[in-house]
Amino acid sequence: MPSSDGSLLAAVGLERSFGHIRVLRGIDLRVGPGDALVVVGPNGAGKTTLLRVLAGLTRPSAGEVWVLGKRLDRSTPETRRPIGFVSHQSMLYDDLTIAENISLAARLYGLADPRAKAARALESAGLAERGSARPRQLSRGLLQRAAIARALVHEPRLLLLDEPFTGLDAPAAERLRELLQERKQRGLGLLLVSHHLDEAWNLATHVAVLGGGRWLLDEAKNGPLAEFIPRYRALAHG
Amino acid sequence: MADGLRLALVIAAKDVRAELRSKTALLSATVFAALVLVIFNFARDPTALSATDLAPSALWVTFAFAAMVAMNRSFTVEREHGALDGLLLAPVPRGALFTGKMLANLAFVAAVEAVALPLFILFFNVDLSRALPGIIGTAALATVGFVAVGTIFGAMAVRTRFAELMLPVLLLPFMVPPLIGAVQVTSRLLAARPLSEMMGWLRLLAVYDVVFVTLAALAFSFVVEE
Amino acid sequence: MTGLSGAAPVVTLTRARAVVRRGIIISSIALIGIGVAAILALGFTPIEARQGLAQKIFYLHVPSAWSALLAFSLVGIAGGLYLWLEDPRLDLFAAASAEVGVAFAAVMLTTGPIWAKPIWGTWWTWDARLTLTLFLFFLFVGYLALRAAVHDRHERARFSAVVGIMGLLLVPFIHLSVYLFRTLHPQPIVLKPSAPSLPWEMLRTLLVSTVMFTLLYIGYVTIRYGIGLAIDAREQSDAG
Repeated sequence: MPSSDGSLLAAVGLERSFGHIRVLRGIDLRVGPGDALVVVGPNGAGKTTLLRVLAGLTRPSAGEVWVLGKRLDRSTPETRRPIGFVSHQSMLYDDLTIAENISLAARLYGLADPRAKAARALESAGLAERGSARPRQLSRGLLQRAAIARALVHEPRLLLLDEPFTGLDAPAAERLRELLQERKQRGLGLLLVSHHLDEAWNLATHVAVLGGGRWLLDEAKNGPLAEFIPRYRALAHG
Repeated sequence: MADGLRLALVIAAKDVRAELRSKTALLSATVFAALVLVIFNFARDPTALSATDLAPSALWVTFAFAAMVAMNRSFTVEREHGALDGLLLAPVPRGALFTGKMLANLAFVAAVEAVALPLFILFFNVDLSRALPGIIGTAALATVGFVAVGTIFGAMAVRTRFAELMLPVLLLPFMVPPLIGAVQVTSRLLAARPLSEMMGWLRLLAVYDVVFVTLAALAFSFVVEE
Repeated sequence: MTGLSGAAPVVTLTRARAVVRRGIIISSIALIGIGVAAILALGFTPIEARQGLAQKIFYLHVPSAWSALLAFSLVGIAGGLYLWLEDPRLDLFAAASAEVGVAFAAVMLTTGPIWAKPIWGTWWTWDARLTLTLFLFFLFVGYLALRAAVHDRHERARFSAVVGIMGLLLVPFIHLSVYLFRTLHPQPIVLKPSAPSLPWEMLRTLLVSTVMFTLLYIGYVTIRYGIGLAIDAREQSDAG
């Protein structure tokens, strides 16, 4: 029962159509504290849509999303509070500094002393000296860090990430992995959509393959990436 | 309730701060207003149409078009980098989001009007000494109405390819009642007519404001959420 | 209810065709009825004292303005219902009503000046009916332009509904503005008589004409709605 099983995120029977195209056809999932669910699948499989539905940005045509035992409901904004979301876009305003962007987020979540919280978030992200920079002035890797700092400033219980490793060089990817690993160990639940299985594999506790709007596979990670890849190929192309 | 207002002010402050840095909307709207006023002046025959006859219409047409230029940017900034999602993810009620956007738009349009009005006095050589408080009050009353509609339509227009064209096409019919009212009141103010002659129009402006601010605030969530 | 939110079409192609056929029948009856009304107007209705034979266009103009207003009101009401019930048929209906309404408004706005110029000497008069129809025309155009510019069906339906409702609430304000304007600026020429105290024969002809125009509106909307259903069914079979 999603309202009492201690999960951070649970979804039951999610469906979503755009026009006549059914993008999600009956998705269930569950993410608990310290879980990292990595969702993979071919392009157009509905991964971004799934993430947006789970974050409450897109309404499902059918099904429900439960966050910390409460049903995600548009008329109750507070149900969104435990969610953090990192999109493939930065969600930052070009005309505000990084620090201002993050303290804006802190204010939107009603946090006390937003500027201090933002400063702390920047420090943990290793961006303390770049706080007065504008988003345009940052590299992709640094921008990613800023976006994640923004997503984490309100200390969500759950972090949803859409293709976080795209465009990152090896050191940046490693840094991201360390950050997520550390948070995961502290109880943050993660759901990552990623093409880059090699980057995300070590982080994962569960793997799921989305194809044609359905789960083709949904299981706990139980082996090295090398064993998984042929199975994934067979599923994705079968 | 208080929390909603606080969030609205946070959002409005964010918009104002960002616009004060980039200045694109403010500058283009102000320059536009000045140009329109100049053209009105040159395009009339001074022997046929006195300045005071033309003045109210010139002022309000200028305000209306400059306001549309100013309001266009409100949602284009949200579209870059998907920032609107950031606002929608947070536990911000949609009414507060609308109010914040509307307050920022009001600030921008008021700023443009504040620059256009002195230019208007200058170009048209009108004596506003007695009428000024009345004109400012009327401007506030009329502006609130069409800014509310402009805010919600701006949120829709930004999702289309020619947003700068779509906003005027949608908004202009809605600007007509406040504009007619404002022009009628302004011309009576300039002619120092008694207040009783303006009451009908002022009431129209007030009712329009109440109806459309409420309607826009209620309808906003349908526009901004998927 | 599937369609916009699900995978199945709103109705099948066969049923859509049946709707279109029904619309054609209704429209044909209405067109005949309008012909009858025209005959009534020309042959069986007294000539108005002041304006003469030219006044007869009144029996065509008033009902077409009425049809445009009816069309727009239904666009707004259907939009409101769509936001509440999320039935895609309501959105298809609203779109059909808008297209039919803009046609009625356009006909009224073009025949008006063409007729007015030789009779009154001016192309345009800012009388209440003409002004309101002009505004309806602009609102329709804006509505249809928005629909054309938004590609996602859910979004298009939602946006259209909001614009429709807001437009519908604008109409009383337009009317009020024109009324206030005209009480302060009485027109020098007496224009088309729209006083309620019409003699019985004139009222009768007007009523017949109005009913027939309303029927024509219903017929045309049914056709357009049926076409909308057919397009939906076709898109479904393409996607599925």
